[in-house]
Amino acid sequence: MKLLRLIAAEIFGLFVDDGSLALAVLAACLGLALLLAAGLPPAWAGPLGFVELILILAENLFRTVHRPKS
Amino acid sequence: MFAIATARKNRPMHALWFHLPAASAAFLASMVEAVEAFTIILAVSVVRGPRPALLGAGTALALLVALVLALGPLLARVPLHLVQALVGTLLLLFGLRWLRKAMLRALGRVALHDEAMAYQKSTSALQQDTALAGTTADWIAGIAAFKAMALEGLEVVFIVIAVGAGGRGALLAASLGAGLACLIVLAVGLALHAPLSKVPENALKYGVGVMLSSFGLFWLIEGLGGTWPLGDATIVLLMVSFLAISGALVAWLRPPAASAAGSGS
Repeated sequence: MKLLRLIAAEIFGLFVDDGSLALAVLAACLGLALLLAAGLPPAWAGPLGFVELILILAENLFRTVHRPKS
Repeated sequence: MFAIATARKNRPMHALWFHLPAASAAFLASMVEAVEAFTIILAVSVVRGPRPALLGAGTALALLVALVLALGPLLARVPLHLVQALVGTLLLLFGLRWLRKAMLRALGRVALHDEAMAYQKSTSALQQDTALAGTTADWIAGIAAFKAMALEGLEVVFIVIAVGAGGRGALLAASLGAGLACLIVLAVGLALHAPLSKVPENALKYGVGVMLSSFGLFWLIEGLGGTWPLGDATIVLLMVSFLAISGALVAWLRPPAASAAGSGS
């Protein structure tokens, strides 16, 4: 049981390292889905998604780099 | 995996320009995972002999094969767009996590991965655990090998399924890429009988993060009903863009002292 819990935690860790990055990526994916459902032209979704992800990554890195080392 | 392969079989098998990125991503990612798994299995083998190492790794491998055989037909029942959106989202979480960590390593915020040190840590931890365990020492060593193989192998399976979502050809190319990487690591590792610390894991992880993030965004948009003006060729464009912008971000965020030191090297 302990081993299974450990494996489950490791699998979760494959996708989530920094919780705020994971939440922001999920929110971006959901936002894209909603925008497409609301009538966003299909050809705009890719470039918009790319810009969203780059901004999320840049903000996360900026915050991490300027955070005092613990 | 089979749903995607079946539904997208109209994508031409000879579209090598599309399958090459899938094969390369699976090859590089699998090489990183195989090196990490090999280090722990080698440590088990050195501390307790090859039997628990082979038993643990073999059991994990059988479990992974069973998992693929069980989940494959189940995936076929899920609508294609849902599979693409789900795979794309998971791949983005996975790929951006790797890319972020690789960028933080390049910025000096996270220590570089050192396979020789990982081997030493695994060996001494196993020696301590098995010394206290008495008759169950082989069992503990076998579990360590099982865990390493299961976890790293699971990542390889996920990556192959995810980047191979371009149809039968891409799935085959990704599987071949992953299989080749594992065979190379096994052959070189057995020949050297030492951890593969010369493999440039940090650079590989950066590249893999870029590739997986590109595949993730590609599948997500296709799954949600969006379109890519350049079709499958967009994958390469996304890779180049992620690489260029992440490189620019690293240069921008690098502390002045590190920039000066880095420019001298």
